[in-house]
Amino acid sequence: MTRVNFCGVEFKNPVVAASGTFGFGREFQDYFDISKLGGISSKGLTLNKKEGNKGRRIHETPAGLMNSIGLQNPGVEGFIQDEWPFMKGLDTVVMANLGGGTVEEYVEGARLLDKTDVPIIELNISCPNVKEGGMAFGIQCTPASIVVEAVREVTEKPLVVKLSPNAENIVEMALACVDAGADALSLVNTFNALAIDIRKRRPVFNNMTAGLSGPAIKPIALRMVYEVSRAVEVPIIGIGGIMNWEDAIEYIMAGASLVQVGSANFRKPDICLDIIRGIDEYMELEGIGDLEEIRGIIGR
Amino acid sequence: MKDSYREGKIIINEEVAKGVFKLILEGNFTGAPGQFYMLRGWNGLDPFLPRPISIADIEDGRLTLLYEVRGKGTHIISKLSPGDSLSLLGPLGNGFGKINGDRMALVSGGIGIAPLLYLAKEMDAQVDLYSGFRNGPYFMEEFKPFVNEIKVSTEDGTFGHKGFVTELLIPENYDAVISCGPMPMMEALKDQCRDKTELMLSMESHMACGIGACLGCTIQTIRGMERVCKEGPVFNAREVIFHD
Repeated sequence: MTRVNFCGVEFKNPVVAASGTFGFGREFQDYFDISKLGGISSKGLTLNKKEGNKGRRIHETPAGLMNSIGLQNPGVEGFIQDEWPFMKGLDTVVMANLGGGTVEEYVEGARLLDKTDVPIIELNISCPNVKEGGMAFGIQCTPASIVVEAVREVTEKPLVVKLSPNAENIVEMALACVDAGADALSLVNTFNALAIDIRKRRPVFNNMTAGLSGPAIKPIALRMVYEVSRAVEVPIIGIGGIMNWEDAIEYIMAGASLVQVGSANFRKPDICLDIIRGIDEYMELEGIGDLEEIRGIIGR
Repeated sequence: MKDSYREGKIIINEEVAKGVFKLILEGNFTGAPGQFYMLRGWNGLDPFLPRPISIADIEDGRLTLLYEVRGKGTHIISKLSPGDSLSLLGPLGNGFGKINGDRMALVSGGIGIAPLLYLAKEMDAQVDLYSGFRNGPYFMEEFKPFVNEIKVSTEDGTFGHKGFVTELLIPENYDAVISCGPMPMMEALKDQCRDKTELMLSMESHMACGIGACLGCTIQTIRGMERVCKEGPVFNAREVIFHD
């Protein structure tokens, strides 16, 4: 049984498409039945519509990917009006991923989402690519606590806080967010990284740095998930370079209840389906009846 | 439902000019002029992303692609032999669609010539080809059956007009100009055709997914940021903003 109960919400399997890699699901429904997913985390939303960054947005690295999209999104109201009706019709759990530049923006965005029947809010305090992306809140514990506490006050919905690996101390950050009212944590977002075009003698990205994802970051992200899961009582979503079902099982063994698959979606649109099937077959083969049996097993 | 990545077997993969390869794949490929495929010719995670390559021709289901070796991915693909397989996703994007007019000019810069062959072949109009190259020309023979006149320029003067291909074009002589090539060339063309002739551009961009999900390949248009892979790759020049 691959089913997972996460903050009181039933997921049919632990595989969730990560924010920013799956749009609002539309592009992928041409390639597979996206209702087979455990869930989808929406493209990162901000209170107001954003055009995103200019110039180069994508750069490939060995076994990884740097991006500087800059949270191009239709805004919370645009999402509620144009995307949520579509996503709501899917038989899968949707998380609305919310970023912001100020505490007020986060609060206002959360207030609007709270009025909908979106089942879960994933609070993004970790986008490295825009000032308004919230990473300013994700580096130190105090600003993180302030924003999580403020959002907590305006919504009763399960609140997942998505952590940045760029946090000064990921475990302290996790504890601070839980203290401030997070029901769960997802980690990690992208690593702040740099690439240089040596012919043009300038950085590849207009913003100088960009976010690194993909299998290149997996071992570090996995270690962070392990450390955080040992330190907090709330459930965790493991994210970072998951390319196949083996990677997903590693995250679960490190302590994750759910996993999010990100960059891998760009290499093969139906990769999540392969991962779900692989987990299923592995459980069957190993005689695992419930993923609880192996969750966090390395730390027991 | 559309197919996810599938295998295509190589019939031909030959160098037609320095660093430029013609690749022909067996199968029942479909697609319209201007559309593209994502290609992967390797196993493993490096290179991480597939490569977008536009359709140069489709005949009896066989897919022809013309590509230039630019980096690691195209380098690996260039080393593959007949009988080897590639992984492909597509056809993707919007093609050139129906372009009205009787007299058309196709303008290419370098490897931008690739999508114009399939277009020339499928077009029901009088077509002239203007092709610019850095040095020697390639792919000219393939065009001959489908175009009236071929005008070539090279930057070093080794063949045809010495200079830029845009210097040969008189937009007023045509109902529409259709172009694919480097950004500076297409930008110059936009100025040249302004208020005279309809201009369609096939744009290039760094891409991750090819299906509209990552928002990595966007360009600035009069409607805001738009995805080269989804709203494009073909845009009306009037819509494209080259600089702020």
